[in-house]
Amino acid sequence: MRSFTSFVIKEFHHIFRDRKTLIVLFGIPVVQILIFGYVITNNFKDIGIAVMDQSNDIHSKGIQSKVFSSGYFIYKGAIRSEKEIESKFQRGDIRAVLVFPSKFTSDIEGSGSSEIQIITDASDPNLANTVVNYLSGIVRQYQVQKLGNGLQKSMMVVETRMLFNESLKGAYMFVPGTMALILLLICALLTSISVAREKELGTMEVLLVSPLRPAQIILGKVMPYVGLGFINAIVILLMGTLVFQLPISGSLILLMAELLLYIVLSLSLGIFISTMAPNQQVAMFISLFALMLPAVLLSGFIYPIENMPLVLQWLSYIIPPRWFIIIVKDIMLKGNGLEYIWDETLILTGMTVIFIIASIRKFKIRLEG
Amino acid sequence: MNLALSCTALSKKFGEISALQNINIDVERGELFGVIGPDGGGKTTLFRILATLLIPDDGDAQVLGFDSIKDYLSIRKRIGYMPGRFSLYHDLTVKENLQFYSSVFKVDIEKNYGMIASVYDQLKPFANRRAGKLSGGMKQKLALSCALIHKPELLILDEPTTGVDAVSRIEFWNTLDSLKEDGMTILVSTPYMDEANRCDRIAMIQKGELLYVDSPKSLIDNYSEPLFAASSLDRFVLLNRLEQVPWIDLVYLCGQEVHFVLRDVKHDKLLEYFKKNEWGDVTISQIQPTVEDCFISLMKTR
Repeated sequence: MRSFTSFVIKEFHHIFRDRKTLIVLFGIPVVQILIFGYVITNNFKDIGIAVMDQSNDIHSKGIQSKVFSSGYFIYKGAIRSEKEIESKFQRGDIRAVLVFPSKFTSDIEGSGSSEIQIITDASDPNLANTVVNYLSGIVRQYQVQKLGNGLQKSMMVVETRMLFNESLKGAYMFVPGTMALILLLICALLTSISVAREKELGTMEVLLVSPLRPAQIILGKVMPYVGLGFINAIVILLMGTLVFQLPISGSLILLMAELLLYIVLSLSLGIFISTMAPNQQVAMFISLFALMLPAVLLSGFIYPIENMPLVLQWLSYIIPPRWFIIIVKDIMLKGNGLEYIWDETLILTGMTVIFIIASIRKFKIRLEG
Repeated sequence: MNLALSCTALSKKFGEISALQNINIDVERGELFGVIGPDGGGKTTLFRILATLLIPDDGDAQVLGFDSIKDYLSIRKRIGYMPGRFSLYHDLTVKENLQFYSSVFKVDIEKNYGMIASVYDQLKPFANRRAGKLSGGMKQKLALSCALIHKPELLILDEPTTGVDAVSRIEFWNTLDSLKEDGMTILVSTPYMDEANRCDRIAMIQKGELLYVDSPKSLIDNYSEPLFAASSLDRFVLLNRLEQVPWIDLVYLCGQEVHFVLRDVKHDKLLEYFKKNEWGDVTISQIQPTVEDCFISLMKTR
């Protein structure tokens, strides 16, 4: 036990004394999350909006003036009938249509509620989502200003319709996706490199000729990264929820447990890579090209799996992030419990077991075969 | 069992290249045993087999009475191994490296300090310096301390003095002497022929073949050729000229001089020959062979 503890302490020394490792460990997650977040919220101004105002009264006019003075939206004309909506979208000069029902003001002041409809072009789901969020926010603000908080009953219900992509697949993808990528990168890349480094520097030779057992060496390499990977996951989650308003609808404990499972899976993958890689370059090459690229391209992170050719869809079955992204989305966005994601969880567990067994079998107690 | 290690017909190939061929060596307990030979001769491969890091293709090796393949775990507990390259952690301090290895071997630094005191005391002022920032000699001292901390029965040192300055080399060998006096068996390899004299016995290895095993003294005593050293202003010109002399059959550079074996004639006749050819100012004297001369002679006669 004492030798194991000092092995883990040694690993922490390696990590905290190497600036490159630290940058990969703590710099990349923050930067990636910000990049993806920035891409999504970027250029959000002067969005073309058409208005179909069927009531033309105080509140409908009031809301419109708020919307078009916000700086985010530009007035692109009025629409008379529903038929016009689609052709206007197809011309591509508007991103959304704001629909006020007839008798808007009198409904609100009379029965206390009315509906505003926002129709968006969801062929760009992220933008559509942002448009809806901004418009809803402006309406809510207007409501508070004009009608006051006291009038609880007065409700302007914002109803949204996403045209062309009704279920809005792809939105909020970047946080689960980035999390899946970052954890894979940190856990697999850094552990495989750290084992390969011992081989390259010759220290593995000394470790082998010592009473340390292979399991101790492997666990000692893995342990620090379980902790650091978990810290990273929490940082990503916090940024996702605080900076980009991602909800966590499901159980936080379940989410943490799944995170831990995925971290252990990535680590065992890293150890498996290290059993094949004789030096740091090879370890990095395998991690980046054989792992990162499929993880980005085939996990459904950027390109929807449904749209892929069948062969690539099959290939995506062996990509761990594919399953992890489903799990995270289910828990965070849909609030689903384990009963909905047990099969994905089982797949990840199975992969972990396979990699661990393969690593132990392939771990060399000598310098060669 | 008095043998610390015993190799029988050891052979090892890497692909087509034969790294070791039919090596037979016995080392007794308490011996300071040197393995001498040029780079690429097979020293490291031999040491790795003995340190249980490689499996020989043929033959067998008994280390401290254990089989190097079957009982590798028993061997690993009992030996101290220092690989050829400096293989401690550059990013850990001197003290942290020592602490790490002592805890890996589950021993107390304080308890075993006597073992390493003579080496480690010189490192103490640098205890908090990163190992990567030490000088070559200091690194070797640290590596030796780490290999010694668990009081091994057998110390295997692969080229410990390569890349170390002359003064540190002498110090290092003095340390090995005192370890030997404490009863430790030491197996050490070196490419430096002059270090061979400090071993009880030496094995000479070249191109994977064992040329010779005995004490350096009897190696030199057995050298029966008339050996000469010649020097002049340009030793390369001298070397070329000597190669053309009919009575000379082994000529090579050795330091600033040219060594050669002169057969059948007295060296007076050689001087006459020089004068006749107007080769100018050459001084010649008969010399006692060194280990290097013996090695070259053995190599050439193969």
